[in-house]
Amino acid sequence: MFSLVRSMWLIFLHMFHKRETYQYPEQKAPLPARWRGRIALTRDPDGGERCVGCYLCAAACPVDCISLQSTEDESGRRYPEFFRINFSRCIFCGFCEEACPTYAIQLLPDFEMAEYSRQQLVYEKEDLLINSEGKYPGYNYYKVAGMAIQGKNKGDARNEEPPVDVKSLLP
Amino acid sequence: MPIINIDNKNYEVKEGKNLLEACLSLGLNLPYFCWHPVLGAVGACRQCAVKVFKDADDTKGRIIMSCMEPVKDQLRMSIDDKDARSFREHVIGWLMINHPHDCAVCDEGGACHLQDMTVMTGHSYRDYHFTKRTYNNQYLGPFLNHEMNRCIQCYRCVRFYKDFAGGKDLDVFAAHNHVYFGRQQDGILENEFSGNLAEICPTGVFTDKTLKQHYTRKWDLTSAASVCQGCGLGCNILAGERYGAVRQITNRFNAAVNGYFLCDRGRYGYEFVNSDQRIKTPMVYHGPAEQSNGIPILDHVHRRMVPGKTIGIGSPRASLESNAVLKELVGADNFYLGVSAADHDLVSLSLRLLRQGPVRAASLQDAAAADVVLILGEDVTNTAPMLALSVRQAVRRMPVAAAQQQVHLAAWQDAAIREAVQDDKGPLFILSVQETKLDEIAQGAWHTAPDNIARIGYAVSHLLNDAIPEVTGMSEQGRDIAATIANTLKTAAHPLIIAGYGGGSEAILKSAANVAWALHDLGIDAMLSFTVPECNSVGLEMLDGHRLESALGRALNNGIDTAIILENDLYRRLNQHSAERFFSNIKNVILLDHLYNATAEKATVILPAGTFAESDGTLVNNEGRAQRFFQVFAPTSAVQESWRWLLQVAAVCGHTTLSSLQHLDDVVKYMATTYPQFDGITTLTPDAHFRLAGQKVPREPHRYSGRTAMLANKNVSEPKPAEDEDTALSFTMEGYRGEPPSSMIPFFWQPGWNSVQAVNKYQVETGGPLHDGNAGKRLIEPNVNGHTPFYTEVPEPYLPLKEHLLLVPCYHIFGSEELSIHTPGIAARMPAPYLLLHSEDAKRFQVTEGHLLHFMDNGHHYTLPVIINDTLQQGVAGIPVGLPGMQIAEVPQLIKV
Repeated sequence: MFSLVRSMWLIFLHMFHKRETYQYPEQKAPLPARWRGRIALTRDPDGGERCVGCYLCAAACPVDCISLQSTEDESGRRYPEFFRINFSRCIFCGFCEEACPTYAIQLLPDFEMAEYSRQQLVYEKEDLLINSEGKYPGYNYYKVAGMAIQGKNKGDARNEEPPVDVKSLLP
Repeated sequence: MPIINIDNKNYEVKEGKNLLEACLSLGLNLPYFCWHPVLGAVGACRQCAVKVFKDADDTKGRIIMSCMEPVKDQLRMSIDDKDARSFREHVIGWLMINHPHDCAVCDEGGACHLQDMTVMTGHSYRDYHFTKRTYNNQYLGPFLNHEMNRCIQCYRCVRFYKDFAGGKDLDVFAAHNHVYFGRQQDGILENEFSGNLAEICPTGVFTDKTLKQHYTRKWDLTSAASVCQGCGLGCNILAGERYGAVRQITNRFNAAVNGYFLCDRGRYGYEFVNSDQRIKTPMVYHGPAEQSNGIPILDHVHRRMVPGKTIGIGSPRASLESNAVLKELVGADNFYLGVSAADHDLVSLSLRLLRQGPVRAASLQDAAAADVVLILGEDVTNTAPMLALSVRQAVRRMPVAAAQQQVHLAAWQDAAIREAVQDDKGPLFILSVQETKLDEIAQGAWHTAPDNIARIGYAVSHLLNDAIPEVTGMSEQGRDIAATIANTLKTAAHPLIIAGYGGGSEAILKSAANVAWALHDLGIDAMLSFTVPECNSVGLEMLDGHRLESALGRALNNGIDTAIILENDLYRRLNQHSAERFFSNIKNVILLDHLYNATAEKATVILPAGTFAESDGTLVNNEGRAQRFFQVFAPTSAVQESWRWLLQVAAVCGHTTLSSLQHLDDVVKYMATTYPQFDGITTLTPDAHFRLAGQKVPREPHRYSGRTAMLANKNVSEPKPAEDEDTALSFTMEGYRGEPPSSMIPFFWQPGWNSVQAVNKYQVETGGPLHDGNAGKRLIEPNVNGHTPFYTEVPEPYLPLKEHLLLVPCYHIFGSEELSIHTPGIAARMPAPYLLLHSEDAKRFQVTEGHLLHFMDNGHHYTLPVIINDTLQQGVAGIPVGLPGMQIAEVPQLIKV
């Protein structure tokens, strides 16, 4: 009997607490920076596409909703010829972001992706690519990788010695 | 058999192996880099360290390299020992000091032995925080990409390229911590087997450049077991597809055929499948079939098939099934073999020689095990490339055996044995029209006209057996050559005689058979290897049909209304004039083919046929081995197997026998019952009802990605995946995950083994046959009945005629084959048309190198630039065969200049 009265009293007190309900969509909920929402392809500090088309996100995806084709441009940089995410299948698990070796694919704190037609949920590269470095500013994969691209020869990457002179006899 | 103790467990192992081989054969995981089953061990990478103990009481033990230690009875060792494990982890750590941060952009990633071994040893964090060594790369031609930064100095590339394949332009440069594997300067890798470097290299230094054009990870490929279409040897391949295009060809291990390697034509000649010349829709009068009066395409075909006036022309590049169905559809009387007269004569003769004579046909691995090799009239490197690789192994057989006697070491002690062998070569004799690439390793190489080669062959066989008449009018030199060859052959245990279509002469084939048969009568286990021009040349000859010229004759007598041409370009079989006359004398041409060619231009109805990647079928190689190839992917267009088109046509026509056939198994069963020569082809692979644990075998690995996105741009609702009703394979990733039967392995993968090295896990022992035997079945067996049908009519010697030249065929690995030249890289390495002349003949005709020489053949004018080659005999001229634009179908022949 006492416990019943106590519960009613506690609930009655809630009438005077601060409201937790957000008046969405007029009022937006504050999302944490690591919220796993909308997937985007980011760019490196020089404005180049970060994605090198390594297929690791596609392999990591548990619902197989990422497909792409990698190719190489004339400067020697790899990039995806097409990059497609079927958001009607995506479960926003974030495995793709974890798998990405170049910080290209990132999940952003945004969930407003509803569409009237399922077909509209198929995003191509144009829809995914954003003009930002996202959560990892400053990282440039090609400055670390050993592969030479136009404007970055062998030995120019971080922590690299100049290329070996094969004809040298010096120890 | 010795018993060794590994981690306190006893195992029975095979004598003569090293500990690494023993461990891998037992299915234990032990990392390695430099060791390779066929290259042997050199102990360069220090990765396969294990601990061995003196006896059961020894707890300290010592670390050794397992690849350098022979198996000994009662040996105690430990793979799992703490010190050994930490040693291996540190070795990988050191290799990784300079390995670039490249996996994301490296084509090897996902199929990389270095990745696998790193995971296996447990090395995960970098302890070294200083700078990385870098190298500049080289341009190595259209087939291979070079990225030297990734190198781990295992030396496998040079050991394969130089020591195994006989290449000269790849080597190791510089010293100590900056050795460099490459060419002396940028340039195309010359060796015909260079593509194997992509598989031999345990990491991404050498990668497949054609794959890079449409890069796909191994886990994303839909793959199936297939058979190479590049030549008559029938090497086993794995073909991988993604997004409707074939992306890569890799080796499929078969211990009786190609072993671990492929030639560059086979590995890179696949791009015709993705060609924009592909025929994808049925066409009537060169317009899409749907727009022609609303009549179904099959009715278009049926309407044109006038009984008694319809012929079928088969093809040596179509499957046995397609040819057999066509033969049944038009009737045996109306079935013609779509091959040139020369090819038909040579292939049917070699088939006769193998069936009627007492000597067996050698497989590629038999050839590699031969001790004496005699090549008659054949430039093997260009006509049957992998056979040349086998010959290169065969010449090492005797010196290696001698060295083993001398230094008392096993054959796998590669460095020591090579040191002992030095440049010693076993006996190899070559008689050919002009110099060949194998001349450099031959004990004797002589160049003369085809008939003279045959005469020496006859002379050799006469010296071995008196039943063959003596060759009269032989020169002193000719007699010496014959005597040298005969004396060496008599001492051999497993001699191999090679001849084939490259010499273009029936007399050479007969003389080769004579030599082998004579050796057989002496009680020597001789082997014969006849090369054939195309992947199913032997199968087509076994099926039997009329000659193509008789079809031409019948057409000229108005005996033909309609010709059904199966996967064939008749302009490559007949000379242009005959082909034009043939087509102008028939009303309808129904063509089933996959590429738009000159014959397609004459066709009234075209049915889009599947290439090897879109078809199931059977091919018979030069050894008479029937092998099944599986469809790799389900095409989205109207493309289907030729035999399926023909079955559908037969159903519309109401053909009694064929109407009841529907699937591959039905056709195979029909062939096995109708033709006794194909008895046994039903057992090549398990049938379509075969299941493992109730499941089909998946063509896609379990990590296959993008299933719910790859077609989402067309329709977000995923379509039902294609079903394979013909075989026990499925087009999806669902199915049995264990090891499938050896004939249908779609890809090599085992947990922890993502690279091609996973093949170890599928073998009985490392380098040995696959678990349930080698795929394929030999359909031809020798006829040993005590009577040897020797040939006795020796040809007359060839003497140069005034004003005349004897044209002999010159084949090219890159260029002579019809389909592979659709690969841009192969087309780039194709020679331009030429005429090869001896310098004396050039003087005679007053031309020099580069000048144009004009002659007429069959009313057709030819003007070709001259190349001087003094290895030719005078009066003989070499002419390339099969190059686009070369329309000479009949060689050898005498021409008037």
